[in-house]
Amino acid sequence: MKRCKRSTPGWAPWGAAALLWAAALSPVVPGAAEDYRSWQALSEDRLHDPANPNLHELQQPAEALSALPQDAVGNKVRWVQALREGLIQPRTNILPETKIQILDLDLIYGKTGDRGYVRFPHRAHSEWLDCANCHEKIFKQKFGATQFNMNDILQGKFCGKCHGAVAFPLTECDRCHSVKQEEFNGSLGPQKVAR
Amino acid sequence: MAPWDPKRSPAESARSARGATSCPSSGLLARFRRVRRWMLFALPPLAFLAPMDAPAEYADVVINNNSEREGVRPVIYPHWFHRIRFRCKVCHSELGFEMKAGGNNITMLGLMDGKHCGMCHNGDVAWSLENCNRCHSGLPGLKTGIRGGHQSTGPGEY
Repeated sequence: MKRCKRSTPGWAPWGAAALLWAAALSPVVPGAAEDYRSWQALSEDRLHDPANPNLHELQQPAEALSALPQDAVGNKVRWVQALREGLIQPRTNILPETKIQILDLDLIYGKTGDRGYVRFPHRAHSEWLDCANCHEKIFKQKFGATQFNMNDILQGKFCGKCHGAVAFPLTECDRCHSVKQEEFNGSLGPQKVAR
Repeated sequence: MAPWDPKRSPAESARSARGATSCPSSGLLARFRRVRRWMLFALPPLAFLAPMDAPAEYADVVINNNSEREGVRPVIYPHWFHRIRFRCKVCHSELGFEMKAGGNNITMLGLMDGKHCGMCHNGDVAWSLENCNRCHSGLPGLKTGIRGGHQSTGPGEY
């Protein structure tokens, strides 16, 4: 097979390509100061029927979500942060007799292969959820009594029941696998919250 | 001159061995190589377009267990709208909504009795049930399920 002799390479086209790429990728660089988020209008989300005469009565996602702290995934909103900063005040109950419980206890899960250990913050979860949403149906209260792995989670079981559906998606590995194995010298399981 | 001629530099021999001196710039392969470098310029604009194409909002739920069979549009339930106003526990604990799209037997009769959505959508906590089209707002033919939107289409189980 005959091959062509290359003409002098020249760095100009490569430089130009690199600049273009940098411009294209800049919106996904975390910590970018500007807000690049956008939300699909309801009439164009391939879900709502544009022929619906009452469609305009519904709130547009952009109107509600653009005021909340930025995220790159999901609804593009940091929901836990929005709640903590008081930017949203979602009701905790409808029935007056409902008991509101918030647990401030972290769990550290080991056996995570090459990934960091998992820190599970009860506080962030119990601010949104009731204990009974997870215990005892999905997770036993005793640490280590429920066996599960990443494969189950990707199938939509255990953590995957919410993460990947309503809570931040499973592409965000390090948000759960947040404890560096080589820097962790405590014991696994329930522990006081590190602040 | 043979490519292995000791009088020539190794680089020169290699070039000659590849037949570089007689270069036909036509032919499909050569044309593909010339086009390939332009792909570098064509791809970045595509990266601009990709995030804009996300259908639905993350965690929107389509409920079409009975709707279309009964002659109304499927229901679109927006999680994002409701979680600004209510914590998960209100619906998934107090109201007893199963955490599975289509896993609740929701009927209009039930709603009128104050079950499911009817616990709030009663004209007291939220607007009442006569606003059919606010919920029954989906495109015909949608299947029951949770929609992913940005970066995830949801786990297999849904």
